[in-house]
Amino acid sequence: MSTALAKIAEARKSGDWMALLDWVPYLRFLGITLENRDGVLTGRMRYAEHLVGNPTLPALHGGTLGALLEAACQFEVLYRAESAVLPKTITLTIDYLRSAKPQDVLVRARIVKQGRRVVTAHATAWQENEEKPVASATVHLLVMA
Amino acid sequence: MSGVDLESINAAFRDFVPHNRALGLEVTGASFEPATATLRLPYDARFAGNPDSGVLHGGVITTLLDACSGASVYFKLQAPTPIATLDLRIDYLKPATPGRDVFARAECFHVTRNVAFVRAVAYHDTPEAPIAVGNATFALSTKGRPVTESDLSFSGSTP
Repeated sequence: MSTALAKIAEARKSGDWMALLDWVPYLRFLGITLENRDGVLTGRMRYAEHLVGNPTLPALHGGTLGALLEAACQFEVLYRAESAVLPKTITLTIDYLRSAKPQDVLVRARIVKQGRRVVTAHATAWQENEEKPVASATVHLLVMA
Repeated sequence: MSGVDLESINAAFRDFVPHNRALGLEVTGASFEPATATLRLPYDARFAGNPDSGVLHGGVITTLLDACSGASVYFKLQAPTPIATLDLRIDYLKPATPGRDVFARAECFHVTRNVAFVRAVAYHDTPEAPIAVGNATFALSTKGRPVTESDLSFSGSTP
């Protein structure tokens, strides 16, 4: 078993998804954390100056929001769906709805459809108000080797 | 490419934008006709999705394509118009090879008064052997607000 799959099995057993997330260098670089409250995973990208993509507005870089949304979908699939392999992103479609202020961003994902080979997930990211999302994304993930 | 001052482009693109700087993104090529941008993302283990394999996380490829697509819009407009990504759709074709730099090339192939249309590709050696391909649209002259009715009647002149 690869280290990645061992880490996933560990997280499933202990419920400590933050340990798995912390193992991923790029998610640490973005400052993403994950909270499991009553079985609902909520991610958070902590504001840091290096996430800024537009210093005049200022606004967070759109790429960081895309990465956050994709990661949220991957973790939701790992958490909810049985997958013997690491879910691999096939396609990612991001809608940018509002400019993201230099503040924390929250994210939540849901499984739209669980197929045998492909899982479709949707994630929404917001700042102060969940009703006013800054971005959302649909991700198709391959869950079969 | 002739007629393009990459040094001043990088001063605006990399030195001025904190996240581009943090990733070490560099504009390595640009042209106005057609409107293209080429970017280099130096390999960095901090951007890996799996520390064992060292394969880059998909998210950093997303950021590379987004940044490159945006740059190509500026070369199309040839004016410092504020733009905002409306949507970005990416197909991930294969993982990036650990240890190797990733390049992106984007072309803004169409522009209207309010919207710019871009296709982009991420690769190691040539765009013909892609790691990921993307399509993006950008709202023009947004100043970061949601597009309102007044934006839709925007005359297209340089601010």
